[in-house]
Amino acid sequence: MSTFNLKINNKKHTVEADADTPLLWVLRDQIDLVGTKYGCGIGQCGACTVHVDGHAMRSCLLPVSQAEGMNITTIEGLSENGNHPVQIAWKEIDVPQCGYCQSGQIMTASAFLNQNSNPSSSEIRDAMHGNICRCASYNSIEKAVKVAAEKIS
Amino acid sequence: MNLSKTQTFSRRSFLKTSALASGGILISFNLFTACKDHVEPPIDISQLNFNDFNAFIRISDEGKVTIFSPNPEIGQGVKTSMPMLIAEELDVPWEDVYVQQGKLDTKNYSRQMAGGSQSIRHGWEPLRQTGATAKQMLVNAAAAKWGVSASECKASLGVITNKKGEKLGYGDVVKEAALLKVPEDVKLKDPKDFTIIGKDISNVDIDEIITGKPLFGLDYKEEGLLYASVLRPPAFGQVLESFDDTDTKNVNGVIDVIKFGDKIAVLARNTWTAMKGKKALKALWKEGSKAESTEFHDAELLKILNGNKFKTRRKDGNVKKAFAEADKILERIYESPFLPHNCMEPMNFFAHVTEEKINLVGPIQTPKSTADRVAKLLERDISEVSLKMTRMGGGFGRRLYGDFALEAAEVSNLAKKPVKVVFSREDDMTAGTYRPATKYKIAASIKDGKLTGYHLKEACINRNMYGLIPNFFPAAAIENYQVDTANYKSNITTGAWRAPYTNFLASAEQSFFDELAEVLEVDRVQLHLDLLENVKNNPKPNIEYSPERLQGVIKMVVDTSNWGKTEAGVYQGFSVYYCHNTHVAEVADIIMENGNPVVKKVTCAVDCGIVVNPLGALNQIKGGVIDGIGHAMYGELTFKEGRPQSNNFNTYQLIRMGQTPQVDVHFVKSDIAPTGLGEPTLPPVGAAVANAIYKATGKRLTKQPYIHNMDLEKVVG
Repeated sequence: MSTFNLKINNKKHTVEADADTPLLWVLRDQIDLVGTKYGCGIGQCGACTVHVDGHAMRSCLLPVSQAEGMNITTIEGLSENGNHPVQIAWKEIDVPQCGYCQSGQIMTASAFLNQNSNPSSSEIRDAMHGNICRCASYNSIEKAVKVAAEKIS
Repeated sequence: MNLSKTQTFSRRSFLKTSALASGGILISFNLFTACKDHVEPPIDISQLNFNDFNAFIRISDEGKVTIFSPNPEIGQGVKTSMPMLIAEELDVPWEDVYVQQGKLDTKNYSRQMAGGSQSIRHGWEPLRQTGATAKQMLVNAAAAKWGVSASECKASLGVITNKKGEKLGYGDVVKEAALLKVPEDVKLKDPKDFTIIGKDISNVDIDEIITGKPLFGLDYKEEGLLYASVLRPPAFGQVLESFDDTDTKNVNGVIDVIKFGDKIAVLARNTWTAMKGKKALKALWKEGSKAESTEFHDAELLKILNGNKFKTRRKDGNVKKAFAEADKILERIYESPFLPHNCMEPMNFFAHVTEEKINLVGPIQTPKSTADRVAKLLERDISEVSLKMTRMGGGFGRRLYGDFALEAAEVSNLAKKPVKVVFSREDDMTAGTYRPATKYKIAASIKDGKLTGYHLKEACINRNMYGLIPNFFPAAAIENYQVDTANYKSNITTGAWRAPYTNFLASAEQSFFDELAEVLEVDRVQLHLDLLENVKNNPKPNIEYSPERLQGVIKMVVDTSNWGKTEAGVYQGFSVYYCHNTHVAEVADIIMENGNPVVKKVTCAVDCGIVVNPLGALNQIKGGVIDGIGHAMYGELTFKEGRPQSNNFNTYQLIRMGQTPQVDVHFVKSDIAPTGLGEPTLPPVGAAVANAIYKATGKRLTKQPYIHNMDLEKVVG
């Protein structure tokens, strides 16, 4: 066990964990930020996506020892009151079915729109290809990303 | 109006209970069962801040309404749509409604489960009756207060008015209303007066979902909770011989190792440590029963299909004679693999077993039977078991089976601690209750250019199609018609998977009809319309579906899909199917890109009666179509000596955004009582895609996943 100092959602957290513990489990089990979801543990599904220094990253593949000194944002810290343009678009389109994968989808979409606020349809489809939605709400996700892009640009 | 499914509703099923010591008023309406002497309130009375109007409705003094949604939410939308039915007849503004998940309560709720796309169909009448009865009692209370007749009062949007123009809010009279006699013969609204039903209503949990609030079983926590990672036999047929947990106990943070049956649970304060501890276990396994492989299953199922040991499930006319007299016979075999459910939220459950009680919390489609099984397993009385349902990260049938809840209860009982069993993705995929591998042999007899006979044989792992399926289309459309089934009993666990049996049967039959139309040299759409005419003319059809409604969706999909008039390079496939009480027709548009078929669009015509929540309905329909394409194209779990050959998404392909078409949905306008949408749009799409690929390539696809039929690389990730 070692001590790690993390900066999550602009707050400092000190946690005791084994160095190989993925950030995902530190967030969920130790810091009580359960919005970041476990789906596969091998970076294939995107349910655990968080922002690390503004970039979308799979928290299941990021050991806590490497997360020190980075600016980490989770779904809970994406906006003050759930009013990030992507969250608003998600609500307008009523994207979720079961809802489990959606925080990962929203984190991927928001990081992507940060880089490209005026994406084409195929750019959206490419950007979101790494996030699995088992309910297959893909049509709605695609539309919501477009709506969010309009709100941002 | 035409309500095809009128349910009888007994006034006696409403039941009053007494005023509460805490000053609130509680009336429980026992909606579905006969009157009982005493009804336990559905919530803890000491926590009561509102006036509980009944088991479903609570109204505060300010007029805010809480509706308890009784059925489990797996993403099918019932937590939104079922309360809509109550709110409609209670006549309150939807903005004033707060929805809360009801817990397992067998006294006040019935059919508290999610499965078979039946919640809305069964809830349609009783839930509206609940709302309407409560509304009438509020009106009666206001009338008594004013000293006027109730018939002179009206209620709308939470406010009661009398002829003088005086007004009282629901909250002003809720206490008085709750003491009144339960009225008889409450009138329900005419559908044309609906203000909530038929409107786009957002998912009631949307704000919590988009901000990452704890909603799901995996998010549930309690003081002192231990996480359990369970090592199970790696292959079906294997049992535990011995194990060594020395290395596990050396993993920092592992608290306990518990053997139960052929499984070993590793307990720790956090999930990662429990998973690490499990990986460090050294276990030896031995053969308990035969280790089976996919090649073996394939051979067994083909042997069954080519044999003669079947159970006949429906027999019209004389198929044998029709085939003997035929001048042409079309016969095809269709094959499908095992499928895991792969819910995004892996299986998990919380249990705290103490000497006094058993608390269960988690994602489960069958709360009642699971609570019963836990009581039986631990030899406890069912009254000691309480079960709370969380929102579920998908179900698709997997969460009908409470194996994970039983594991949690057993481990908690042995550890004497609150325990949450958490499956890793690998556990989830390899310890499944799979869609069984299934093969069909379909044969049609043709005489003088006419279809004279149809013979369907099913060979399936473990079980066969349920009893209603032989009466689905094309039953009653063909004079000589026979459905036979047989199975091979395997030690691989199998069960319901979104649209059980029909999820592949529709692909098989609708691919067959496409080829049959070609052999008969008739238009494939016209062939279906003609067959359905036969059904209408059949004096004793004995069928589940409506031929008129199937014809309706066929005509609608032809009109809306640009059928037969597409530009060059676009190939269309047609499919139509009835299941789960809903009628659906679909047309898939594909193009060829670099020699590969790409599904660009699916047009979907749906007749589900009244559409309760169009927004939610569209989500279910589009999701069902894309899910169906994904599994027909890519889904497959194979076995080698009992061991599943995929265990995570690097070796198992689920459909992703880049592979999805746009789904264009059209509803048949209807005032018939609503039916479910969680499943029925999935079955037809496999054939729509296969039939389109045939048009593009000339190749008939008969074996799923279709990707193996093509010279395509299996793309993962």
